[in-house]
Parts: sequence; C-alpha cells; structure tokens
Amino acid sequence: MNAQEVQWVAHLARLQLTPTGLETMTRQLSAIVDYVDRLKEVNTEDVEPMGHALSFSNVFRDDGPAASLPVADALANAPQRRGDFYGVPAVLE
Amino acid sequence: MLERTARELSDLLARCEISAETLTQAFLQAIRQRDPQVRAFLHVDEDAALEQARSVDARRRRGESLGSLAGVPVAIKDLICVRGQPATCASKMLQTFRPPYDAHVIERLRQADAVLLGRTNMDEFAMGSSTENSAFQTTRNPWDLERIPGGSSGGSAAAVAACETPLALGSDTGGSIRQPAALCGVVGMKPSYGRVSRYGLIAFASSLDQIGPFGHDVADAALLFDAVAGHDPRDSTSVNRPAPICRQTFDRDIEPLALGVVREHFDAGLDSEVERAVREAIRVYERLGAKIVEVSLPHAKYAVATYYLVATAEASSNLARYDGVHFGHRSREHSDLIDMYCRSRGEGFGPEVKRRIMLGTHALSSGYKDAYYLKALKVRRLIHDDYARAFGQCDAILGPTSPTPAFKIGERGNDPLAMYLADIYTIGANLAGIPGISIPCGFTRSGLPVGLQLLAAPFEEEKLFRIARTFERATDWHTRRPRFVS
Repeated sequence: MNAQEVQWVAHLARLQLTPTGLETMTRQLSAIVDYVDRLKEVNTEDVEPMGHALSFSNVFRDDGPAASLPVADALANAPQRRGDFYGVPAVLE
Repeated sequence: MLERTARELSDLLARCEISAETLTQAFLQAIRQRDPQVRAFLHVDEDAALEQARSVDARRRRGESLGSLAGVPVAIKDLICVRGQPATCASKMLQTFRPPYDAHVIERLRQADAVLLGRTNMDEFAMGSSTENSAFQTTRNPWDLERIPGGSSGGSAAAVAACETPLALGSDTGGSIRQPAALCGVVGMKPSYGRVSRYGLIAFASSLDQIGPFGHDVADAALLFDAVAGHDPRDSTSVNRPAPICRQTFDRDIEPLALGVVREHFDAGLDSEVERAVREAIRVYERLGAKIVEVSLPHAKYAVATYYLVATAEASSNLARYDGVHFGHRSREHSDLIDMYCRSRGEGFGPEVKRRIMLGTHALSSGYKDAYYLKALKVRRLIHDDYARAFGQCDAILGPTSPTPAFKIGERGNDPLAMYLADIYTIGANLAGIPGISIPCGFTRSGLPVGLQLLAAPFEEEKLFRIARTFERATDWHTRRPRFVS
C-alpha cells in the first residue's frame, strides 16, 4: 500500500493521522497486507463463506413494550449536551 | 490464605471459619501491597467490594440461601460493563465512561453472590497479546516482573497468578484468555461461541468474542464458568440450550479417552522448552490410559491471516461508534462535524487500535472486499471443517497454548506481525467457535510457566473440563505460586 491509499482508508475510517503516523502506518500496513495475501494460495471454489460459528439467523423477540434507559442515564456520558439532547457542531450552514 | 483456590475459600466461608468481609479485606490488602509492582488492576472500589461482602455475611447470619460464589472475590476485565464503575477498555477513548447498566455476566455474578473486586488491565479494546497496548499502564508477569503477562486479558491472568484475586473474568477473541493464562501459569478457558452472553461486553469482533473464566485450577474455572454460562435473550447469538453444570462432573474421567495431537502445531516457531513440556504432558495422558492419535489441520497455517482480516473488519465496524458524539472522547478543537469525528478518533485511539481499524476498513472497502474479507470468510469455513473432521477421531485436541513462554517487555513493540503470531495456536478455536482451555503443564529452566491447550467440539465444555481435570489430578503444576507472592 502507498501513502495515498493509506490516506484514503484513513478518510473512510474517519481517523486523523499525523504525517509521521501516516508514514509508519503505510510501512506496517504494507507488511501486514503482504502477509495476509497468502490466502490467495487457498482454493476456495464452491466454499460457502462463514460469517460466524452458529447456524441460526434472525432471532426475534415478541414485539412488546418494555422499560428503556431513562434519558438522564442515557445522556450521562455525553461529551456535550443541550437540555435533553446531545450537543454537536452545526451540521447545516 | 490468599494462595488458596476459590473452592477452598468457598468452603471456609460456608463453614463460617472466615467472613466474606475479612476475606475481601485480605485481597484488598494484597492488591495494595503487590499491585504497585504487578499493575494488574486499573481500578479498585474498596467500599463497593466491602459492602457486597458485608451483605453476604449478613445474609449468611440470617440463614438465607446463598449463591455458588457467595463471598468469593472476582476481578473483572475492564471491558465488561458494571453499572457506575469505570469501563475504559484501557483506552483514552473511554477514560471517563461509566456504563449505565450491568453486563449479563455481572448480573449472574451478583446472583451468585460473588464480590466484585475491581477492574483489570488489558490491551486497548482487547487488541494485543501482551497487555502493552494499554493506554494507562504496563502489567508485569508475576513469575518475572521484567516480562509481559500475555494478553489481551493480561491484567486478569496476572491478578490471579499474583494471588490478588482467586478468580477473574476475561474475554477471548483470538486467544486473549488462554494465552495470558499459559504465560502466567493459571487456568483460563474460552467457552464455545454463543455459550456466554455478550450483552454488556464492549465489542471488538462480534463473531469471535467470548467471555470466560480464570482461576488457579480447572475446578475453579468450572465454578466460575457455571456462574456465567447460559442463555440470554438480549444477545441474539446466545444459544438457547441448557448450560452444563460442570462443577459437579469435572472429577469424572472420560473413558475411553482419545486425544488428538496436531501435526502442524509442532512446526518451526515452537520454542524447544515449550515443546518439551507439552510432549511430557502428552506422555502423562498416555500413562493415564489415553489413546493419542495424530490429527491434521491442513489450513492451520492460514488461521492468523484469516483472523486478522475477519477480526479487523468486524472491529472497524464496531469501533465506528466512537465518534465523539454520544460517549467517549471528543476533541476540543474541530472545524465541523466530520473534522470532529476524525480528530476525536485520532486522539482517542492508540496505535494498535488505529492499525486494526485501518486494516479492517481496507479489507471491507470497495474493490477489496471480495479479495480480502470474503476470501477470509471462505478460508474460515475450511478451518472450521478441519476441526470438525479432527473431532471425528478424538475427544479433544491437545498441544501448546503459546509458541513461546512470556517475552520481555518491549521486545516485540515495533513488529506488529511478530506479535500477531503469538496467537497462532489459539486463533483457530475462535474462528471455528469451539471451546478451549489452557492449563499449567510445566516450566522452562528459567522458571517461566508453560501452558497446555485442550480444545473440544462445540458445546462440549463439560467434557473439556473433565479431560483437563484428569491431567490436573495427576500433576501438581497448578499448585505452584510465583516466588513473588510468598
């Protein structure tokens, strides 16, 4: 991977990297990507992808009302709050 | 008294030879004395622990029926939520976070009347194999304070090894319970995927994460496993089938017993002293009447590569929630919302977490998803099928837990890939969803513990504990304690 590609991935991941951080990351990610490339050796024709170890999917519960977290508890960890809402920088001009 | 097992302490408590308060005081005192050197704990709430202990004593005096861990202290890895207590994941991102609810396993420990002692150190967001990736402190191995305790649950393993707690909970995504257990000379067990609810476990890689027990011996691990295993509708991957009661059956041998030795586990890269101890453990089983069969896991050499694509892809998605909006670190300076995300995450996460988010994002990104993520899911299926075939020939697979004993602090700091290879024998169990346990099986000449890993078919925890206990009854490795504690 080159620095430009790494910068693009950092953008996708919403991760700010310093210039030296970008350099180190490029070197280390390239080595890791080279290592994982060994999977190309494996013949996986007609192999079903395995997302997780259990065979079941779509577990539903009854659609009934239940108590939820009180607003004060939910907001207790907010970095910034305005009344009963989370405070964030302006999204619209 | 601190060196006793949880079962012994539980007997003393039941016979009223000691109160839960006195016992808790003794462990808190041990933490005050020893932990400045070991640095296993990130947070200890002495008042909360003593209050729980006094409540158990009062109820015992009144003759009330008590839970299976009444008055026994348990330490908790710092990524399992306890209402109102810190849960930092050893990350600056969550330095001030206080969860508003208890994890399922914490509810179960409260029902069992355990005493929650404190929060243990770990690699940041459970990403690492040495606990050096903690943003706050470096935990030391009680057998040699110059060395790492393993990871990511290094704080829990070191706390048990240093007799600062008789029991601890950790989590295992690629070996994070079994590897530190091996390196610290204690027992650590990863349940089958789906056996223990992940509700309230801060997520790393959701298809691989499992919570499991640490203890001085197999019997203690079974006791703690029983307390936390079982169905929970709040985790849709928690299996709805009765959990076994392992603490009642672990002393029954499996007869006849067939054990599989994996050809590929003795390849290059295995330390010769680790190999010697593990081969001797195999001979112990043989003397006890077990039949040893050679099995093959032909895709084992691809497990680390598969894991580092699957786990990082899932992590990049799970850790997207840390955006500086709802909880966790928010950067003071930012020009707009996107800039706030980028700066908050850039400041809050450490280098290894960033590396894994980056690799996972790359593996899932447009143009690369099929070549990396999807390919890894297919190889994961082949790895799973290898284990399924092996368990057709044997009751359990045994081999080394870690290719080396504990290494020196700082030794592998600049080479992420070398660190990843520490998990080479443990990662397969997470990919396949099977249960595994590491038990002490010897020491190197310089006095570092060696762990024996046993793996069983999905949901055969009861059998796994019985087979591990067979070895434990015939040996005394699990009774050794580091010189540091005596």
